[in-house]
Amino acid sequence: MQKLSIEVTVNGTTYRRDVEPRLLLSDFLRHELGLTGTHVGCEHGVCGACTILLDGEPVRSCLMLAVQANGHTITTVEGVAPNETDLHPLQQAFRETHALQCGYCTPGFLMSLLPFVETHPNPTDDEIREALAGNLCRCTGYQHIVEAVKLACRLMHAPQDA
Amino acid sequence: MKPPPFEYVAAHSVEEALDVLVTHGWDAKVLAGGQSLIPTLNFRLAAPAILVDLNPVSELAFIEANGMLRIGAMTRQRTLERDETIARLAPLITAAMPHVAHPQIRTRGTIGGSLAHCDPAAELPAVCLALDATLVARSQRGERAIPARDFFFGLFSTALEPDELLTEIRIPPMPPNTRYAFREVARRHGDFALAGVALTLQLDEAGRIRAPRVALFGVHDAALLSESAMRLLDGAAPSEALVREAAEAVAHDIEPSSDIHASAAYRTHLAKVLTARALRDALGDALGHATE
Repeated sequence: MQKLSIEVTVNGTTYRRDVEPRLLLSDFLRHELGLTGTHVGCEHGVCGACTILLDGEPVRSCLMLAVQANGHTITTVEGVAPNETDLHPLQQAFRETHALQCGYCTPGFLMSLLPFVETHPNPTDDEIREALAGNLCRCTGYQHIVEAVKLACRLMHAPQDA
Repeated sequence: MKPPPFEYVAAHSVEEALDVLVTHGWDAKVLAGGQSLIPTLNFRLAAPAILVDLNPVSELAFIEANGMLRIGAMTRQRTLERDETIARLAPLITAAMPHVAHPQIRTRGTIGGSLAHCDPAAELPAVCLALDATLVARSQRGERAIPARDFFFGLFSTALEPDELLTEIRIPPMPPNTRYAFREVARRHGDFALAGVALTLQLDEAGRIRAPRVALFGVHDAALLSESAMRLLDGAAPSEALVREAAEAVAHDIEPSSDIHASAAYRTHLAKVLTARALRDALGDALGHATE
């Protein structure tokens, strides 16, 4: 069986592993690295639960092979909070507005939305709904997730007090 | 599910990729953005013996404008969406890109991958038809330029031979009097379109329509030009009656299928309505003057 040696930087740590070409990046993160925050829903790119940042851009980790991540930099949900005790403003906003119930889809939503909230100080509802469209949530009905995005944008782009 | 086992080759040049294709033929599959191929593998609908990954081939990711707009096959859809040269020279692409799946898919998905895959509901084949694009294929036998209208054969089927690689898309400059429009209906933003239309046309000095190109997707086994609508529009003066007549005419050229998302009759209805709306978008003020 063919095995390929890869080197991937995930949440600031560089990992070297030998992997079979057919190993999906989502399974590499979960099974090889033990980073089970990246969830697997549909495994065909529809649900968005496995979304991660690849070189800063959101991608579906179930639609990439682990070997294709060789030499790239990845952020998973485990790498979002600034430290052990504090949450990222987007996570804080999800918590405060009840933007999750079972939480299965939440890591995917967070990773899809991170670049969006960073670049949109004051998005419209339509812009938010378009940004959410690639992720499925079966609990919330999305209303509270839209609220969370609005709050996160306010928190992240608030004028800093001197 | 998980992909079946395969051998993996990361190609670092077009030549390396062509070597694999000439050796393995139909047993090899080209991996571009992977946003259709990997789900197909995960579902085990395909089991290629060998995958040739084009992602390390940097020579295939480019956008160049030198008279002709040239786009490398491995240019990411997210790059097309944001590129200023594309917005200036081929704004129809810019208008269509937000409808191509979701940002997470466009980060990886490529223009060449979408065209070579030839999904009947995909936007980019129709956009290439409307822009009169030429697709460049390379093999060890040489290079050939294929007009978009001769490239899309049918369901997941194109003019590419098993030893050929789609390397480049060439788009002629749009004359200054060119109008364009893009419309689609999907169940949810970013989903596959139930029906859609991409069109370009020119207005001559007398205000008549010239060189109309009306491309439809989601309503046939591949994207296609509606010759019936184009014949009616070519040389005609814009009017609301003409718009309605041309929209009705697209029904002669399409053969939509029924599935759980929409019936064939509904898709035909959408094709007509979207064609009328796209024509009104494109004609704009010209239509206003004509109907006064």
